[in-house]
Parts: sequence; structure tokens; C-alpha cells
Amino acid sequence: MAANPIKTIVLVLTGAPRADRVVPPSGHTATLTTLTAAAMAFLAVFALALSLATGRLADRWAGALAETATVRIAAPADQMAAQTQKVLDVLGTTPGVTSARALGGDEIKALLEPWLGPDLPVDALPLPQLVEVTEAADGFDAQGLQLRLKAEAPGATLDDHMRWRRPLIASAERIRFLGLLSLALIGGASAAMITLATQAALAANGQVVRTLRLIGARDSYIARAFVRRFTLRTLLGALAGTLAGMAAVALLPPAADEGGFLTGLGFAGLQWAWPLGIPAVAAAVAFLSTRAAAFRSLRSVR
Amino acid sequence: MIEFHDVSLGYAGKELLSGVTLKLAPGSFHFLTGPSGAGKTSLIKLCYGDLAASAGRIELFGEDLANMARDDIARLRRRIGIVHQDCQFLDHLPLDENVALPMRVAGLETDEQALYELLAWVGLSGRATALPPSLSGGERQRAALARAVINSPDIILADEPTGNIDWDMSLRLLRLLTELNRMGKTVLMATHDLNLIRAAKSQVSARVLRIQGGTVQLAGADL
Repeated sequence: MAANPIKTIVLVLTGAPRADRVVPPSGHTATLTTLTAAAMAFLAVFALALSLATGRLADRWAGALAETATVRIAAPADQMAAQTQKVLDVLGTTPGVTSARALGGDEIKALLEPWLGPDLPVDALPLPQLVEVTEAADGFDAQGLQLRLKAEAPGATLDDHMRWRRPLIASAERIRFLGLLSLALIGGASAAMITLATQAALAANGQVVRTLRLIGARDSYIARAFVRRFTLRTLLGALAGTLAGMAAVALLPPAADEGGFLTGLGFAGLQWAWPLGIPAVAAAVAFLSTRAAAFRSLRSVR
Repeated sequence: MIEFHDVSLGYAGKELLSGVTLKLAPGSFHFLTGPSGAGKTSLIKLCYGDLAASAGRIELFGEDLANMARDDIARLRRRIGIVHQDCQFLDHLPLDENVALPMRVAGLETDEQALYELLAWVGLSGRATALPPSLSGGERQRAALARAVINSPDIILADEPTGNIDWDMSLRLLRLLTELNRMGKTVLMATHDLNLIRAAKSQVSARVLRIQGGTVQLAGADL
């Protein structure tokens, strides 16, 4: 075979279609290979969709929560206004803070309403004052700001949302990793399946292989017949499975806040091009595993 | 063409061939005879590298078979035509494609006219599209011979090619082999049929090698 792997793959797929006629039609094995490749590609589309969706989710959570912070001020009623002003002054001179705004009583009431109901007597309760902070893209030095706030307004506590962000982002990253791991496992299982199918086909065609060696066929010629057959079958099956998987993903309900994460499973924009790489990767896996299995088996025939 | 230097072959713990030294000169015709199980097929397999000698050296076209890579063995086999008693064909391909197979594996274009002339030469022009399982024993042997010579090899190795066919067909096959020898091909034909060897007397100047007790001897005078 040619040394250049790309050239070899192209040669196998496009060249000498009569070469694989030397191998008898193996309907059963070939059909199983095609069906398995289709099923694997279908699963791969979903694993890819899961990875990409969790990636988007992690980015969204990280982005949305990273741009805001909250300062909570718990102080006696007569000191509240003074401490709030000091906090606003500190925030106004903090690099990385683009704006700071004390929430009004109605806004605090609206925040608490889902938990405490609409009849909340905000004025009668000793609620803390909340200051909404908007960060610049580079963010601010949270530790330094916390120290300055403590010095100027002892009742102020900075919440930069890290304790919420960390587990959410970690979960999303972990799901994305599991999606990628699934893709790797699907690839590995496909390679194992194709290797077994190739070995079975070579064993079933022992007489053909011996005859071909007898008349002067090189290993590469014999292997090419099997490689071409299994690679094309895998490509065909993977293409069908990928298209079916993409159609199934497209038919999922559209992303909606009410549906949470599940309705966001799928591809967005140019991400729809990603699954189109699955048949090519499947064909490459089939090519490499068939070739390795064929050469290994052929070594037992002189 | 083929040289054996003190070659031994062990099989299942015993020595089948021992200290065999022989030389097949270009254009020669040799019969290889001996009782069943004497090692005729093994010796022929040694000639084209299907078996490896346990001792000694075998040279094929001047190259040591023991040090040859698989691709080099394949390359040299294209210069050898092999006819087996149990002809090995690809049963799913028609006869003409089977006969043309050595051309295909060598990456050569098959000359359709030459192919059909060859099939006519072995008397199979009417069976070109038949599948191997439908051929008679004699047809299979002649087809195997056609396949063996389509690449115009330098050596023909025939292992009991007349083992499964009747006398008339055996004579016909012998005539084809002697014709090839007259064209300059080196022929080594294994047979246990002494009548066939005697029948060849009028057609070709051949030598007879006899395997007995693991050694190869020249069997008396030339025919």
C-alpha cells in the first residue's frame, strides 16, 4: 500500500472496484456491518449533541453569572443608609466594576415573592440591603474588594456567585466529558466490531486467500479487497445512521426556558456541520481496523 | 531456476525430506515420482515457498527463499505456474475470470483475445462463463493449467495434475505440458503414474526424480 494514509484511503475507496470481486459476496457479515455502523453513528450523533449542548450550557452559565455580583448589607436600620452609600462609594472606585446600584424595596420584594408570597411586608422586616454589581469583562479582584468593603462597611458581604457557578459549570463540564467519552467508546466498539467481522470474513474465505497467495497476490492486494468492502459498508451505514440521528435531533422540541436543559439538547447554527464528520471518522476507523486485522490474519498464510 | 542445497524438511516430529540436493535447469522437464506420502507435494511446496525448509538452502531464480519478505515471495510466484491435484479456484468467479486472475493480481491488463486463445488451447473455449463447481475433473485440471501459464511463467510446477482424471485426459494434459516445455518453460511434474512417464518418452526429453526414504535420487537413465 502507498505510504501516505490519505492517498491509501482514497485509493481504496475510489480505485479498482473489481479488486474486491476476488472476495465472495458475504451478505450476512456485510449487512451486519452496515447495520451496526448505522446504529453506532445514530448513537454518536446523540453523544455529540449532548457534548455540544452541555458545552453551550456551561458557557451560558459561566457567562451569565460571571458578569454580575451582589453585595449584601446587614446593618442596624439607622446605619443602613450610611453603609449602603459607603459600599456604593467603594464600588465606584473599584477597577472592573462598571456599575453598582442599590435595589429598591419593590425589587427586593419581587425577588422574595416566589418564596414568601405577594403580601410580604417588606418595610416591617429587617431585610438586608442588596446592591447589584455589574462587572467588566475582565472582572474584579473579589478578595481585595471584600477586604475593602469590610473595612468601610462592616455589615457588607460580597457574593460573586462563585459558589453557585462552580458546581453548575463542573456538572456541565462533566456531562460534556461523558458525552465525549461516549463518542470514544462508540468509536472503540465500532473498531472492535469491524475487526471481528473482518477476521470472520478472512477465516470464512481461507481458501480464497490461499489461492490468491498461490498465484502471487501480495498481502496488500488481498487486504485491499476486504478493506474496501468493510470501509464502504461502514461509510454507507454510518451515513444513514448519521442522517437518521440528525433528523431525530431536529425533531426534538425547541429550546425553551420552561423545559430546562432537556429541550436544549441538539445543535445550534454551524454545529449542525459537526455530525457530518461522523461517517468520515467511522470510515477511517473501519479502514484502519480492517487493514490491521487483515494483515494480522494474512501472516498465518504463507 | 530452482536449486536445493542439502535441504531437509521436518513434519510432526519426523524428517520427511533429508539432505535433498537438486537443480532444475532452465528449459528442463523433470518428473517427480515416489509412493504416496513420500513427500512429493512437500517438495513442490518447498519450491514456491509454501513450506519452509527446516535445514539447508533453497534458491529460486537465484534468491534464497529463507530470507525473502512476503511480498518478494509473491513477486517470485508470479514467475511460477502452479497446478495442484485439487485445483484451487475462486468458486464465485466464472472460469475466464479465474484463469485471468494471475494477471489481475499482478496489476496487468488482460488481453481478452489472448485469454480466449488460451482457453481454446486447453479446450475450454465453450466453458468460459461456467463457474468452477460445474466443471468436470479434467476441465478443472486444464483450467488450472491455463491459469498457471497465463502470465507466461518461467517454471511450471504440477502436483499430480492427472490424479483425478482419466487416461485420455491425462495424455492430453501431458501434451500441453510438453508443448510448454518446448516453448522453453521449465517443468516439474509430480506423479505416481509410471505409465504416464513412459508415455512421455516420445514427446519430451525428461528426467525422473524419485523420492524414497526422504531422499531424492535420479531414477536411472533419462527416458
